Amino acid sequence: MDFDPVLLARLQFAFTISFHIIFPTFTIGLSAYIATLEVMWLWSQREHYHRLARFWTKIFAVSFAMGVVSGLVLSYEFGTNWSRFSVFAGNIIGPLMGYEVLVAFFLESTFLGIMLFGWNRFPPGLHVFSCIAVALGTLISAFWIISANSWMHTPAGYVLQNGVAVPVDWLQIIFNPSFPYRLAHMATAAYLTTSFVVLAVGARYLLAGKYLDEAKTMLRMGVGFAAIVAPLQLFIGDQHGLNTLKYQPVKIAAMEAHWDGSKPGDFEIFAWPDQKGEANRYAISVPRGSSLVLTHDPNGLFPGLTSVPPTDRPNVPIVFFAFRIMLGIGFLMIGTALLGAFLWWRGKLFEMRWYLWPAQYVWWIGFVAVIAGWTVTESGRQPWIAYGLQRTADAASPVPGSSIATTLALFVFVYGVVFSMGIYYINRLINTGPAAIAGAPPASGMASRPLSSDAEAEAPS
Amino acid sequence: MEWYIALIWAGILGIAVAMYVILDGFDLGIGILFPFSKSEHERDQMMNSVAPFWDGNETWLVLGGGGLLAAFPAAYAILMPAVYLPVIAMLLGLIFRGVAFEFRWVGRTSKQFWNVAFAAGSILAAFAQGVILGGLIQGVKVENGAFAGGHFDFATPFAALCGVAVVAGYALLGATWLVMKTEGDVARLARTHAKWLLAAVIVFMGIVSLWTPLAFPRIAERWFSLPNLFFFAPVPIVTAIAALLCLKWLDDERREVLPFLCAIALFFLGYSGLVISNFPYLVPPTLTVWQAAAAPASQIFLLLGTLFMLPVILGYTAFVYWLFGGKIREGEGYH
Ligand code: HDD
Ligand code: HEM
Ligand code: HEM
Repeated sequence: MDFDPVLLARLQFAFTISFHIIFPTFTIGLSAYIATLEVMWLWSQREHYHRLARFWTKIFAVSFAMGVVSGLVLSYEFGTNWSRFSVFAGNIIGPLMGYEVLVAFFLESTFLGIMLFGWNRFPPGLHVFSCIAVALGTLISAFWIISANSWMHTPAGYVLQNGVAVPVDWLQIIFNPSFPYRLAHMATAAYLTTSFVVLAVGARYLLAGKYLDEAKTMLRMGVGFAAIVAPLQLFIGDQHGLNTLKYQPVKIAAMEAHWDGSKPGDFEIFAWPDQKGEANRYAISVPRGSSLVLTHDPNGLFPGLTSVPPTDRPNVPIVFFAFRIMLGIGFLMIGTALLGAFLWWRGKLFEMRWYLWPAQYVWWIGFVAVIAGWTVTESGRQPWIAYGLQRTADAASPVPGSSIATTLALFVFVYGVVFSMGIYYINRLINTGPAAIAGAPPASGMASRPLSSDAEAEAPS
Repeated sequence: MEWYIALIWAGILGIAVAMYVILDGFDLGIGILFPFSKSEHERDQMMNSVAPFWDGNETWLVLGGGGLLAAFPAAYAILMPAVYLPVIAMLLGLIFRGVAFEFRWVGRTSKQFWNVAFAAGSILAAFAQGVILGGLIQGVKVENGAFAGGHFDFATPFAALCGVAVVAGYALLGATWLVMKTEGDVARLARTHAKWLLAAVIVFMGIVSLWTPLAFPRIAERWFSLPNLFFFAPVPIVTAIAALLCLKWLDDERREVLPFLCAIALFFLGYSGLVISNFPYLVPPTLTVWQAAAAPASQIFLLLGTLFMLPVILGYTAFVYWLFGGKIREGEGYH
């Protein structure tokens, strides 16, 4: 049997990390949301905030567990899949991930215990503190891992010694050129994605005529947050792109499917990038649109794909289409949020069924945008694993293709089982609703089975 | 010049691994004991006794892996491919048992399935960790700074023995934890289990102690050359004393904490035996801690953070254990 170990290692990594990122995206956002709810509860003493916080904490627990176990896999994959990359860049990536463990993972995983199991045991103040600690932990974790990742895109602060990258200036390494943009874009993406989940659940309850207090709060919070942050994300994304143009022009050329750098670039709304013919087929485009966005001048020039030989180009259709998926969802989010804000302003948000009905189905769009965005970023970096320094083909571990194929199949199977059940359970928790979950008796005893009594009445969705 | 920094790092990683083995050891042990429990109530009680802690416990494993990558990238890059399959098996096991903590409560009709997943995942993870350990002790073939052995080099009877030994050891930690943290039938049953497990652990420790010097001359030389023999002789003697005390306290209903402490002591002793056998190799028998060390700038940068953060982490970990102190009664939980 003949397997290409590098291709398999990439597939395996892409599969496991794409699964992983779903959960951080949600837990970063949700922990902040729960902390907010709890602070509002302490502040206003209104019970429905408390019910909501408890309700989302249940869902948080399930997502967090999946985030932890899928993340554990990743931290070992740097050795199992990319050992030669670990030798090459371990001096730099290693300490950054080490800080992530020390500063973030211990914080979140330790205070998680209080957050999940401390509702009735400890004073509310301690509980709120723990929620904030967890929310902060997830954000700090994003800080360090995205710093490591950004270094792979825009390496800085190192020298090469005996074919190995050695650190010289840690501040330059941590705050490498693409890092601030990527962190801002990703953190915003996490909060935005979560706000759409909250919004959708609110709409779902309103339509069903259930939990009206909670539903209205969720809808207001979701719409209000997204109306501000979705347009902000467009701005951050644009700045991010300008930064990429400076440091990774070939990636931008692939995102825009821009072949010939001697002419201004059109913005292709749709096209099929033909890699052999080095041109776009079936294009529907806005003439000079890309030049306008990227150089603020309709006649501005930026490098095309043909500026580098084909072996130094990423897979153009993947980058191109993933970028369009993200953009499309970005604009859909802006539209949904602004329309909702408008309805809210007119006092009609809770009555407009034509708005609520589609809104209940938008919970997943943020996750798709996040995966699409990372596909742009990571595939656009190819064929480099560390941009300009090491090629992905030179980074793989000395593990035979057949072994990787076997473990890849196992991962697909195990993730398929575990995560589809997880999502099924989350959906069922949502159907069960805040009252049933948060209404569990306060003292010990029965409290260990909060769902058993009320949940039986609900048909599993 | 910076020779001692590599040593400090070896020490920190040693602490991380020891913390991991003890902390995650007892909660994996709960999973290993799951099949021997009698009722769903007992299983609830067992799982509740570790539910608030398991994630923090597992983070020591992330620190072990991450610390190895950061401080000794060359060793990380050799070891991971060398024990590729058991590492993946361990990760898959940890996935199943990790999600079982939550899924078991929210899955009404599939509770039985997650009971099995929790037990099987825990056993698989513990066994795989033992195999990894055995694979390391056996030695790893290295050429030009990369793993050069066969893909199943790790799979020997010795590694399998280490796998079973670790399963038994974790189960012992788990059983003594239950003696300390629970009441009623669960605690009584755990006492009985703990005695059998203690016997098994002692037998396994004995076999490994005989096997390694016989099979690996470098280990025989380490232990049996003079004057080493005098320095190291206390290790097996103290081990025997700890085992006897553990047995005695397991028979004494009033002693609830001491058996757990004894089990921890046994682990420490076994662990120090392994360190004595293999120091200063990170990848026996070729790569020492100095040869595998990262660039000094990397080791120092992370060391500063570690020296500051480790006490903080230990502090709030202790705080959470204290908060959730006391016993779990029948039918009681935090959920
Ligand atoms: C944007 C943020 C982000 C990104 C890009 C990644 N992670 Fe992650 N990771 C988190 C944000 C996060 C988190 C929010 O902190 C998680 C999610 C749920 C959780 O338990 O913590 C987490 C959990 C998590 C855990 C378990 C921690 C624990 O025991 O509590 C590990 C070991 C990793 N991750 C490792 C990785 C690696 C090696 C990555 C890249 C290759 C990676 N993560 C990408
Ligand atoms: C969490 C969000 C992320 C997603 C969804 C993601 C997605 C991907 C995808 C799809 C690939 C395969 C690209 C290809 O081979 O064409 C990849 C490769 C890779 N990514 Fe990411 N990535 C993420 C974050 C990270 C982070 C934070 C790091 C490191 C700190 C990282 C390191 C790598 C490495 C080492 C590879 C393999 C080598 C390569 O193909 O370049 N990724 N990722
Ligand atoms: C609507 C306007 C948006 C623009 C102009 C935009 C722009 C970009 C650009 C240029 C990149 C690639 C950066 C690189 O060079 O590596 C990127 C990546 C990414 N995008 Fe967007 N984006 C938008 C919306 C969104 C939305 C709505 C989400 C998710 C909710 C999102 C999530 C991501 C993620 C997760 C990445 C990968 C991480 C990174 O490199 O920042 N984006 N985006």
